Amino acid sequence: MIDGFLALYLFMLAAFTGHEIISRVPVILHTPLMSGSNFVHGIVLVGAMIALGEATTTTQQIIGFIGVFLGAGNAAGGYVVTERMLEMFKSSKKPAAAGENK
Amino acid sequence: METAKLVSLLIQASYFVAAVLLILGIKRMSSPVTARSGIQWAGVGVLIAVVATFFHSEAPGHVLIENATLIFIGIALSTVIAWVWGKKVAMTDMPQMVALYNGMGGGSAAAIGASALIGAAYSAAPTQAMTTTQSVLAVLGALIGSISMTGSIIAWAKLDGRMDKTFRFGGQKVLNGMCFLLALIAGFVVVHHMYPHAIVLFFVFALLFGVLMTLPIGGADMPVVISLYNAFTGLAVAFEGYVQGNVALIIAGTVVGAAGTLLTRLMAKAMNRSIANVLFSNFGSGGGGSQDITGSLKPIDADDAASLLYMADNIIIVPGYGMAVAQAQHKIWELSKNLIDRGKSVKFAIHPVAGRMPGHMNVLLAEAGVPYDLIADMDDINPEFPNCDVAIVIGANDVVNPVAKTDKSSPIYGMPILDVANAKQVIVIKRGKGAGFAGIENALFYQDNCRMLYADGQAAANGLISGLKAVDGGGGH
Repeated sequence: MIDGFLALYLFMLAAFTGHEIISRVPVILHTPLMSGSNFVHGIVLVGAMIALGEATTTTQQIIGFIGVFLGAGNAAGGYVVTERMLEMFKSSKKPAAAGENK
Repeated sequence: METAKLVSLLIQASYFVAAVLLILGIKRMSSPVTARSGIQWAGVGVLIAVVATFFHSEAPGHVLIENATLIFIGIALSTVIAWVWGKKVAMTDMPQMVALYNGMGGGSAAAIGASALIGAAYSAAPTQAMTTTQSVLAVLGALIGSISMTGSIIAWAKLDGRMDKTFRFGGQKVLNGMCFLLALIAGFVVVHHMYPHAIVLFFVFALLFGVLMTLPIGGADMPVVISLYNAFTGLAVAFEGYVQGNVALIIAGTVVGAAGTLLTRLMAKAMNRSIANVLFSNFGSGGGGSQDITGSLKPIDADDAASLLYMADNIIIVPGYGMAVAQAQHKIWELSKNLIDRGKSVKFAIHPVAGRMPGHMNVLLAEAGVPYDLIADMDDINPEFPNCDVAIVIGANDVVNPVAKTDKSSPIYGMPILDVANAKQVIVIKRGKGAGFAGIENALFYQDNCRMLYADGQAAANGLISGLKAVDGGGGH
């Protein structure tokens, strides 16, 4: 178990990190970034796996299964959608680096 | 004993690596050059953590295999569905897909909370099974996650056109407040007594509140709401991470929560609205602009518009969501290439809220093959309009309406706009004479330097391309 204040420090540092890495984002990337951060909280799947893994009653198994199902959807869907958006961004300065996109 | 310790150490180490990769991934996603590798780094991070978690084993022997099977089925089933759907969905529908996947994440966090709370409620000493901090955060995380889930589903249904845009009735705010209060009370009882029935009631009210809260919000505000729910899910994940003692969840969740909050504020600012304003009031419900607009609408045909372009050197194209709906972005890019080949400077000016989400228009243009360095943000392009020979406005309306600067009674007063009105010549491609999303007359259209090209976006672009060729032919004689 994480000690109370240690957790508070963790929250604080992580919050500053999140604020800091986003603060200079160009508008052009707002949508992909929202989609990307949507994928990042797909890590919730890990928590749901642990919850289901430790389940001992049928109720817990059902809830855990729902959690795993939803979490996996968040992770997989979030990844595909973000990747699809970002693969389209290319510069005119380095011609055909990503190949013809037809 | 020794191997168990080693496995546990390896799992912890992989969570650490995952957390680092997720943070670096988001960092890389904040620049267009490294963005694509960013999502891949984050992807590897989650993959490592998921694989490692398969080796986590704390349940008693006989249910272990059963649970592992369930985990495997759940992941496989959901991944296939989400993957296939995510591959198929059109770029214009991207915002609602993000909403849907985000809602799933919120639901997952709520399920973790539910599982922990029920585990405690049926244990030998219900109120001693968790520390107070744990149970408080489990309840808070579940509350936020539940709101995010049902709220996101409503947002998805609205953006996907499966539901009426707004749904309002008398006493709605009172009902919403009551529902939230009941969820809080039930949550309080859960923390103190761990009654199973209170847990059920708590979830009913929390899920219901997500629905009620999102129902009255209009379609134009949905992007801000989706972004807010994205931050909510992050926070819920962080709280449930604390309940489980999983640092990777705490870090990733909090980073998304903070980043999402900032992103929400940036979006709201770009729309000239506060977050509270979005959540608790209605857009455009005040009286429309009262200022008299003088002048008349002056139509132009495609051939004449093409000759204007033929003589121009600096051209700025202002696309709006109407262009994407007409699927005209490919044709517009063809026209632009045509103009660039003739040695003209062509730029795309993007308003922060063009499209259905900030940055959505950039995605749609990128899909058509427009390089991102031809696309300029509002602040960068606005000083260039006085030097612009021809500005083409296609499918955009409110974001180029000078009324936002001049008419204090207008609902869009104060919203930052693209200064298209300052261009030497403006051509507006529009299907009909109707007003914009906010239902306000556009003073730009009545200006002396503005011409209206009434046509569907694709047809107009085609007309301009063939018009340019015709001018070529004429010049040859």
